[in-house]
Amino acid sequence: MALRGLAQAYSSLFRGLPELLTLFIVYYGGQMLLNRLLALVAPGVAVEIGPFAAGVTALALVFGAYAAEVFAGAMGALPRGQREAALALGLSPGLAFRLVELPQLWRLALPGLANGWAVLLKDTALVSTIALADLMRETQIAVGATRQPFTFYLVACLIYVALALVSSAVADRLQARAERGVRFAGR
Amino acid sequence: MTAELGHGVLALWGALGFDAELMARYGPRVLAGLGATLALTALSFPLGFLLAVPLAMARREGGRLAAGFARGFSAFFSGAPLLAQLFLVYYGAGQFRHELEAAGLWWLLRDPFWCAALAFTLNTAAYQSEIVHGALAALPQGQREAAEALGLGRFALYARVLLPQALGLSLRPLGNELILLIKGSAVAGVVTVSEIFSATRYAFGRSADFEVYLWAAILYLILVEIVRRAVDLADRRRLRKLRPAG
Repeated sequence: MALRGLAQAYSSLFRGLPELLTLFIVYYGGQMLLNRLLALVAPGVAVEIGPFAAGVTALALVFGAYAAEVFAGAMGALPRGQREAALALGLSPGLAFRLVELPQLWRLALPGLANGWAVLLKDTALVSTIALADLMRETQIAVGATRQPFTFYLVACLIYVALALVSSAVADRLQARAERGVRFAGR
Repeated sequence: MTAELGHGVLALWGALGFDAELMARYGPRVLAGLGATLALTALSFPLGFLLAVPLAMARREGGRLAAGFARGFSAFFSGAPLLAQLFLVYYGAGQFRHELEAAGLWWLLRDPFWCAALAFTLNTAAYQSEIVHGALAALPQGQREAAEALGLGRFALYARVLLPQALGLSLRPLGNELILLIKGSAVAGVVTVSEIFSATRYAFGRSADFEVYLWAAILYLILVEIVRRAVDLADRRRLRKLRPAG
């Protein structure tokens, strides 16, 4: 019960906060928190969280919250009979999960995960605001050198769009593969 | 009167265990930031919707050119990050300064607030057009056939039959998009618009007190929760009306 409440709080917190704010909270707040904890154990020692670590942590927290919702939905959509039938056939609980439930969860969760991936891809642009040398940051440098902001930001946008299109093509492939053998009404 | 109210709020804030002095110093700025966040979303969301409906219709009814344009618009503005689009508008405009000045549009694109409003409008138009397009595609073919059998023209078909139903279906996804837009509006702070995020970033830079980021977090969570509940209520009312009699 407490665990469920905690999971729900985590998920609604990180889906409710702007990703940019999460990033800043992790980057500045994480560092302060870590140093305060360190001061208790080893006074005088200070560490620094790099922008890369902060970026990865913040994006992982946000994607984790989103993916948790997706998996919860997929588990709710999987009929209980699947597990019961597998157990009745004599499969161990572990095998029933791995051979019967997991492949179906994957199929049900894929569209949501693919969508989360697309959002994540775009959110990576935010790390440029904490001075990480990502595509956006390098574009800003190129703009500073060439004085052609429109051209370079347009190219950056098009690179992101190309990445999104490739991702969605891969997701379609994976979906078709996960759905082989499944029959739908009206097809 | 307002001053007394302000003192009351501050006393309450202090009693809750927060730093009342910090709030007295930076609170008004953050509150003004809330106003800018609300103004940005309240402006871009409806404008985006006005663009989204024709874009969605173009994809279904338009010729190859119109449908292709709508698809390309949607792929571009929903595929690239909002921050990149904002930079494209705000910094990119500088490259065409002379042309824009000649066209009398420079005052608009020189201002970070209007640039953000423009970028957000185009971005949300792309997402909303995807939603409306999906909802139109989900309507049963019989709706169109029945309307044609009754002799309705193409305009009446959309205005009277298809769009009202599609918008009902779109209510929840549009609510989610509004939440994404409120959260996304934080990037306007990067181009110096003084909204919630940038106001707290300023306060943090001055005070080095981490509490100010908590204010921002609370404000965003309240905004998101209000939208979530309002959409929930509206959708349940819609479904109650649709329930068949008896």
